[in-house]
Amino acid sequence: MILSLAIWVPIAAGVVVLALGDRSALTRPVALAGAILGFLVTLPLWTQFDPSTSAMQFVELHRWIARFNINYHLGVDGISVLFVLLNSFITILVVIAGWTVVENKVSQYYASFLVMSGLLNGVFSAMDAVLFYVFFEGTLIPMFIIIGIWGGPNRVYAAVKFFLYTLFGSLLMLIAMLYLYNQAGGSFAIADWHKVPLPLRVQELLFFGFLFAFAVKVPMWPVHTWLPDAHTEAPTGGSVVLAAILLKLGAYGFVRFTLPILPDASRELAWLMITLSLIAIAYIGLVTIVQVDMKRLIAYSSVSHMGFCTLGFFIFNLYGVEGGLVQMISHGFVSAALFLCVGVLYDRMHTRQIADYGGVVNTMPKFAAFMMLFAMANSGLPATSGFVGEFMVIMGAMQKSFWIAFVAATTLIWGAAYTLWLYKRVIFGPVANDRVARLKDLNVREFIVLGLLAITVLWMGVYPKPFTEFMHASVTDLLRHVAQPKL
Amino acid sequence: MTWLDHVPVLPEVLLLVGACAVMIADLYVKDEGRRTSVVLAQVLLALCALATLFVDAGTRNRLVLFDGHFIVDHLANLLKIVCYVSVSAALVYSRSYLEERRLLRGEFISLLLFSLLGMMVLISAGSFLTVFLGLELMSLCLYALVALNRDSAQSTEAAMKYFVLGALSSGLLLYGISMIYGATGSLQLFEVAQQVMRLSASSADRSLLVFGLVFIVAGLAFKLGVVPFHMWIPDVYHGATTPVTLIISSGPKVAAFAMMIRMLVNAMPTLSADWQQMLALLAILSIALGNITAIAQSNLKRMLAYSAIAHMGFMLLGLLSGYVGANGMNRSDAYSASLFYMIIYTIMTVGSFGMLLYLSHAGFDCENLDDLKGLNRRSPWNAMLMMIIMFSLAGIPPTAGFYAKLAVFQAAVAAGHVWLAVVAVLLSLVGAFYYLRVVKLMYFDEPVGETAPVRAQPVGGFVLGANGLFLLLLGILPQGLMALCVAAVAAL
Repeated sequence: MILSLAIWVPIAAGVVVLALGDRSALTRPVALAGAILGFLVTLPLWTQFDPSTSAMQFVELHRWIARFNINYHLGVDGISVLFVLLNSFITILVVIAGWTVVENKVSQYYASFLVMSGLLNGVFSAMDAVLFYVFFEGTLIPMFIIIGIWGGPNRVYAAVKFFLYTLFGSLLMLIAMLYLYNQAGGSFAIADWHKVPLPLRVQELLFFGFLFAFAVKVPMWPVHTWLPDAHTEAPTGGSVVLAAILLKLGAYGFVRFTLPILPDASRELAWLMITLSLIAIAYIGLVTIVQVDMKRLIAYSSVSHMGFCTLGFFIFNLYGVEGGLVQMISHGFVSAALFLCVGVLYDRMHTRQIADYGGVVNTMPKFAAFMMLFAMANSGLPATSGFVGEFMVIMGAMQKSFWIAFVAATTLIWGAAYTLWLYKRVIFGPVANDRVARLKDLNVREFIVLGLLAITVLWMGVYPKPFTEFMHASVTDLLRHVAQPKL
Repeated sequence: MTWLDHVPVLPEVLLLVGACAVMIADLYVKDEGRRTSVVLAQVLLALCALATLFVDAGTRNRLVLFDGHFIVDHLANLLKIVCYVSVSAALVYSRSYLEERRLLRGEFISLLLFSLLGMMVLISAGSFLTVFLGLELMSLCLYALVALNRDSAQSTEAAMKYFVLGALSSGLLLYGISMIYGATGSLQLFEVAQQVMRLSASSADRSLLVFGLVFIVAGLAFKLGVVPFHMWIPDVYHGATTPVTLIISSGPKVAAFAMMIRMLVNAMPTLSADWQQMLALLAILSIALGNITAIAQSNLKRMLAYSAIAHMGFMLLGLLSGYVGANGMNRSDAYSASLFYMIIYTIMTVGSFGMLLYLSHAGFDCENLDDLKGLNRRSPWNAMLMMIIMFSLAGIPPTAGFYAKLAVFQAAVAAGHVWLAVVAVLLSLVGAFYYLRVVKLMYFDEPVGETAPVRAQPVGGFVLGANGLFLLLLGILPQGLMALCVAAVAAL
């Protein structure tokens, strides 16, 4: 029941907000209430979750489409439970962040975010492949609208590119799913697919079917090119959800589908995945340094950071997989925070160019302090959440091969370089121009949003045990599964 | 033989009598709105639907009447209901459009009803003779309907094209039928089926049968509008007035689908390997050409015409995937997938043309892509409905169009046509682009020209809303309709 509530409460709130219309004074409060309620109903997932088992918990199973034996089958394990919580939490921040900023089509704006929040919870808790696919694809519609209506000048191009790119990947996945359905004797249950024996060649073909869908979402090099456009043109809230949650769908897909269902192909093709991840980490890290647009810079840094997740998954040891998952959650908080920081500046100055800023610390000291913390977290400083995941993945990589760890570790240099240089150019130095001189520091609303994120980032950095403890049993089980051939 | 044996033709008899009555009653109708005639026609459609439901309740597997010339089964009843609903919706959507253009004459209503009768005969056809009878009744009414706006050169040209090509396709079909008749000595579908099974053992007879089959498939492809027999579709869709476009894009396609089932699945199941190959070619060509050419269109009606070609290709994917082999059979899975696709497509196409009619008003035809610009500012509700329809046409969940595609792809993959499915899937990505463009125009662009709020039409608006939301509802709960489709083809 909890998972159904986590999905349908935000969607229902979205429909109510849409019905209220733009002129109603209630639109924003109702949206906020819906988001908070959506978060509250997920809290039992945190308190009642049993970390000692790898089994699915909070399971709901109803017949949905008997014709194809498709079930409304929900459940979470240690891998997915944290993402439901993360998503519901981020939704509140997004609603608050857009409070005064969005003036055009307010009700549609909030409805899109609330509906998307529900759909995303659905992706993370679906145990049936078609249900997963419906939620996975369904998120495209609100995101398309969000980028297209409230985005920047080049928003239409970015929205269409985002939609078609991701649709292309998902369609191939659909065929792979249908093939597995027939092989599994007419079942779309993901758990049943774990047991289907498949020859290596078939596994490899299916692997590529899934790879396109997930690689585009992650995004992995070389199919990452939609991301800078979408991120840059999306409104602040859109960028936050994109970075914090939507990118996680791809990485989550690898863990949920590719690794357990196609273990032999995964091992066989791990070299490919590791190579692509390392290219993302090292090469995109370098690309990030030269960006002149703040949002673009953070977008590229996301590609680089997500490379750590996929790298962690395909080195097949406990440090690697857990590190990748921790990195996903940490990146959810940190990238959300950074996009919100850019949003704060953009709302005041209406420019994202780094060159237009300088000396912001003189007029916005509180903001500068927050951004300092998030910049440090982004570059992986110990005692912030960014450190934990990267460190675990590098340790895992070291167990496999020194050189993989070596290349991966270069990110600590590039990450520090692009983040700190960005910070230096925007925040420090003399006041660049009159507009910077007139800037006002954070208001209460912004302070709350960034404050909440700062607490989480520090908490995860100082004491990550609750997070790793949650996923430990499930990841151990996953690795055991991957080790078994199923040819 | 008592009159009771004829109860299964009750809907047809009712419609024939009713249509004549409406035609006569219309002579006495004075007002421009033709309120009486329209209401009478709607009541008649409702009565026919009731009669069909009544007949369906008494249908076990298959009822054969008139020495095998007429068949009533669940499939026929379901398709007839779909036709009633689409014709009824067409009447609702087109009323104010036609009235404003002084085109709402009695002929429109009677021709519509008689073409519906043709569709019903076609759907229930049990022999080649009834197939042809139904087809001609339907087509002749449609030719006249296309020329409804006789002062428009475009409309008359479209009607002429439709008529000439339609006659050609009827000729092809007849030629094929004569071949099959020559070989089997029978017109009745089920007798033909038995004879074909007996004859196809010998190669000389088989080549004669396949020769006839080619012409039949070509004739059917013409009626369905699939590549390379699609030439008339864009011109007729574009040239006809929008209400008539709505009509030819819905009911007649359903009837053509029924004709395909009757002539291929019922009459020539033994030759399925042959016609499945032909259909595979037609399907892939249609999906490719329809989706790619639709991108280049600036006229919405033309775009939807090419989209119709592509959708018929997707529908064929199901029809060509039925097999009976050593590993079991998926005939009913495959045919029910096609049927489901056909029904969903009908709802979508009725909705999309209905929206064009709803947005038009006196002196303004909403038919170019640019006319939809900024619709979200003028009317968020209608923009949302149109968005649902477009995403459904593109096959994006959670809309009904997704399950339609899922079902046909599943049928194709189950039959071993994985690569066919992959190609179709990739081409549906191309299709997504132009549906997305419509959403883009409505949501992201500023209105041009038309900036007035959309005029409210209570009845039309309500039906349109129901039509759009139904696609969303079916997208969330598709099981009911899917089960109906499976039950309908179980007896084939």
